[in-house]
Amino acid sequence: MSIPVDLMYTREHEWVLIEDDIATFGITDFAQSELGDIVFVELPETETPVEQNEPAGTIEAVKTVADLFAPLSGEVVEVNELLADDPDTVNRDPYGDGWMVKLRFSDKTELEDLLTPEEYKEIVDESGEDEIEVDVVLDEEENE
Amino acid sequence: MPESPEAAIRRTALWGEHKKAGAKLVPFAGWEMPIQYSSIRDEHQAVRERVGLFDVSHMGEFLITGPDRVRETDRITTAKIEGKEPGFVQYAVFMNEKAGIIDDILVYVLEDAVLLVVNAANRAKDFAWVRSVIEGDAAVVDISDTMTQIAVQGPRSRELMTKLFGDSASLPYYRSGVLRHEGADVILSRTGYTGEYGYEIYAPWDQGPGIWRKLMQEGAEYGVLPIGLGARDSLRMEMGYCLYGNDIDETTNPVEAGLVWVVKPKKTEYIGKEAYLHYKKNGAERVLMGFRLSAREIPRRGYEVLHAGEAVGAITSGGFSPSCEVGIGLGYVRADVAKEAGGFMVAIRNKQAEATPVRGSFVPSSVKEEGEDS
Repeated sequence: MSIPVDLMYTREHEWVLIEDDIATFGITDFAQSELGDIVFVELPETETPVEQNEPAGTIEAVKTVADLFAPLSGEVVEVNELLADDPDTVNRDPYGDGWMVKLRFSDKTELEDLLTPEEYKEIVDESGEDEIEVDVVLDEEENE
Repeated sequence: MPESPEAAIRRTALWGEHKKAGAKLVPFAGWEMPIQYSSIRDEHQAVRERVGLFDVSHMGEFLITGPDRVRETDRITTAKIEGKEPGFVQYAVFMNEKAGIIDDILVYVLEDAVLLVVNAANRAKDFAWVRSVIEGDAAVVDISDTMTQIAVQGPRSRELMTKLFGDSASLPYYRSGVLRHEGADVILSRTGYTGEYGYEIYAPWDQGPGIWRKLMQEGAEYGVLPIGLGARDSLRMEMGYCLYGNDIDETTNPVEAGLVWVVKPKKTEYIGKEAYLHYKKNGAERVLMGFRLSAREIPRRGYEVLHAGEAVGAITSGGFSPSCEVGIGLGYVRADVAKEAGGFMVAIRNKQAEATPVRGSFVPSSVKEEGEDS
């Protein structure tokens, strides 16, 4: 279970990469592990406006379904088309090829709501899954 | 019985095996059970194509003893075991006076007792109920805490079981046998909850880990995998098998649940008879049926079912079918539209998805070999 150190996180178990005014996000390794086999990811259309902490998509796993929340307010500029045919990419590579949405965020003050890797690790540690080993790592490969 | 430090949550004899295998363990009906080991999809396919092992030790087992055990079993369940030889197995339900389903069970005729296998979540309720209704020279004892139950399911299960237990594994569908294993009685049963050829093993608690490890070792050549509750659910759903608490409960009766076949004909007196016959004669107001959606539309429990734009029912079990690679579900719909060939929709979040009615199972049953009788 990994938490790359170069990303930001949300309480909804999503990761966010900030590059200029673009935020790329997806779900964390912990989230994909909790959901199990992901069979369908419903992503928003490009140019859709999204609101911070509001549902922007849906993640269907074999056993359960989860909302994908927008970590920041803004406008969708790109979605990961690869997931339409290979939704299980999210299980295999949640921080890489399993990214979900890029959005142009509109309110910089919302960035303060994002969690650092250390803060997110605490949330995972407290999730009750006592024996999960969670490491904050430089990138996920180091935790293989 | 070994218990976890929390005391409230129980561990089966096989808990250590699950832990070693890297299972994800979750609380289920008061037990800490494996929900998956690797992936629900891989485990599901292993059972459909090869063989899988399930720890189902959380299930409850009651023994009915005494000279009146057969008469009393026939009176308090929908089974009919009068005149049946040891080895006979029947799927049945407990009904209340209103014909509501208290639990769905397996009934085993043994040499000197009747064994009832009940759902883990209903164990305490069932035991209290059986004790309150049993009459005459018969008694019930809860032996759940002394038993390990392992299901061995899949097309290679017969080879694996024969390797371990020899001719004792040669059993017709829905028949059981008792064999001596390491000084104790072990029951082998040609039953299961997956729709595949398979077995359920009832062994003393302490023999659980040994049998499990042997099945894993000897099963390696057949590609055996341990299977969690996640795949157990997707496997049973593809067969249209009811799950207690989802598709059946005390507010549903066998007529609407499609379980008329479990209430054996020519039964004389049994609890719930009057109400049951009333529903059987007058028909059900709602009917449990299956729905097949698309790869991107997955029904979940609670979603509304519509017909010709009108709300007619709700999904009681739903999920992704690894075999069909589409969303499937079971749900109750109003009886007057249940026979319609089309026009069904399931409301999924903000849209409606077309749902094809499926009567019976979503994938063909393979519980018997070709030409095998039961």
